[in-house]
Amino acid sequence: MTSPSLCRLRNFLIRVNTSISSSCHQNTRKMSSVKPSVYVTRRVPLPGKEILASECNVTQWDQDDPVPRDELLRQVKGKDGIFCLLTEKIDEELILAAGPQLKVVGTMSVGYDHVDLAACKKHNIKVGFTPGVLTNAVAELTVALLLTTSRRLKEAMAEVVNGGWGTWKPLWLCGQGLDGATVGIVGLGRIGLTVGKCLKPFAVQKFLYSDAFENPGAAEIGAQRVPLDELLANSDFVLACCALTPETKEMFNKDVFKKMKKNAIFINTSRGGVVQQDDLYDALKSGEIGAAGLDVTVPEPLPTNSPLLTLNNCVILPHIASATDKSRSSMSELTAKNILAALNGEKMPTEVQIN
Amino acid sequence: MSVKPTVFFTRSAPPNGVALLAQECELQIWESEDPIPREELLRRVKGIHALFVHPPIRVDSELFDAAGPQLKVVGTMSVGLDHVDLAECKKRNIPVGNTPGVLTSAVAELTVTLLLATARRMKQAFQAVHNGSWGTWESGMWMTGTLLEGKTLGVVGLGRIGMAATRRLKPFGFSKILYCGRSKKSYDAEVGAEFVDFLQLLKESDIVIATCSITDENKGLFNKRAFKAMKNTSIFINVTRGALVNQDDLFEALTTGEIGSAGIDVTTPEPLATDDKLLSLSNLTVSPHIGSATVESRSAMCEVTARNILAGLKGEPLPSPVLI
Repeated sequence: MTSPSLCRLRNFLIRVNTSISSSCHQNTRKMSSVKPSVYVTRRVPLPGKEILASECNVTQWDQDDPVPRDELLRQVKGKDGIFCLLTEKIDEELILAAGPQLKVVGTMSVGYDHVDLAACKKHNIKVGFTPGVLTNAVAELTVALLLTTSRRLKEAMAEVVNGGWGTWKPLWLCGQGLDGATVGIVGLGRIGLTVGKCLKPFAVQKFLYSDAFENPGAAEIGAQRVPLDELLANSDFVLACCALTPETKEMFNKDVFKKMKKNAIFINTSRGGVVQQDDLYDALKSGEIGAAGLDVTVPEPLPTNSPLLTLNNCVILPHIASATDKSRSSMSELTAKNILAALNGEKMPTEVQIN
Repeated sequence: MSVKPTVFFTRSAPPNGVALLAQECELQIWESEDPIPREELLRRVKGIHALFVHPPIRVDSELFDAAGPQLKVVGTMSVGLDHVDLAECKKRNIPVGNTPGVLTSAVAELTVTLLLATARRMKQAFQAVHNGSWGTWESGMWMTGTLLEGKTLGVVGLGRIGMAATRRLKPFGFSKILYCGRSKKSYDAEVGAEFVDFLQLLKESDIVIATCSITDENKGLFNKRAFKAMKNTSIFINVTRGALVNQDDLFEALTTGEIGSAGIDVTTPEPLATDDKLLSLSNLTVSPHIGSATVESRSAMCEVTARNILAGLKGEPLPSPVLI
């Protein structure tokens, strides 16, 4: 049957079919040059975002507060890369939510305890982090925190405003000097060694360190590698500069504080998770150790009614060790570069070696 | 039977020095935690043979007249001497002992402490921890402070304390270390410090630390003109004496952004009134003159002062005399 309407219908269908074919063709050509997609989990220093945006489609949680978990799981779906902070848990759940196309996670931090490395390895996901670019900032803050704690500066500042200044006792606000002291560094990595170098001219008598590995750089400060118990028994200052791993989780507990000297000053700029916080409170309150300075806690932020905040011999900072403009910009840049390199199949500037 | 000489302490002192003097002297100690009122002091020094004094108590002709001609020696438990009228001591042939050296480490350490605490905004950081504003991120730039690495350090006064502070600061990786003072020091090469004039130091330095002794010539050295010459991002640290700084000009400079921030361990007066306008500034850290406040240092200072006094009472040369 050939009626004019049937012909028109046939011609229409042919045209439609042709146009669909040709647009499919166009889509195929576009898909081979489609930009990779990256999700950025926070508002971050601009350099990193700009580097990513030059080659990727960037979606971002453009807020100052951390992205809620359910939103995060929604947004990572279909993404090739994730730019995250230490507030985001990168685990099996998230990886599955993202999908098999996920190639890389770059964390804007040197710590990666929030990243499940085994899960990443299983799914062939590369992990970038930011060592080096924050080492000096963190080392400077570690020394700052140590001195602020040992010289009781926080208490002293309070006396200036509360009327305590003016009264006199012979040893009023006397702190503990570094000269002649033994400094024990738990974890002599990049940060630990830089801290040691900064402390050396304070006439420190001895540097000890405990670590899974010998660090040849230790010779620069004459640091001697010893078992942890020996470090604890002999150190006037104990510095936690190690990564948070299943092995180091809550390693600083009641037993460890008991092994430390009564005058010992404990400084932690690694992760709150290496400390059993209730045990620390008890040790400080009872005089089991002398004082503590923490830049990291569990949780962060620490609730304002935390008992640790009531202690005169506990100094707490709000995790600002890497907080310099230069350091944070560099961290943002490096994270972006790690991600781009992985997406392009190139060597990442700083990749976490997953064993 | 000879009467033991009397030593008057203007404040209670660490036990070691007290014990040393107690063996050979009769001790009178102002034990109260509050400073001794001037009239009370003038009454109590009458007839004493030695004065164990702490700044800021003024040792002057008024005090010497009140004490009487039998006063043989003054030992100040400090290195600073701005509270002692040295000319008057010389006139009356009264030797003065002080405590340089034994407090150098402690003061240098506190200088670095104050610098780092100021550079990393600890005053604001502590407030954030206590008032619940911890949690802000500001695109990764919340609470960012100054990295010392790569900066230019300017040391005003490269004496014992200035050198000790600079040695401790060197590993932080300053790109340049400058210093100024009355004369070039032969030992400046040890820290790689370059001798320049005061104005050039102010213009070029990112960090300015004052570690000089205070004299009649340098009172008020840090005034409007000095702060204007400094960089708007600069950090100023003073551990010498409050008198080195014009405090109103400092307040002005910090509020208008003429300089970035400051940390001071010394003020005029001491103590500073709790409602002093300086204390309202978030970019100023004030510590209550704790430069020498370590147990080791204070004990050593006390011992040196006690030995100075024992020697003076015997008419022997003081172990740590002030050369007048």
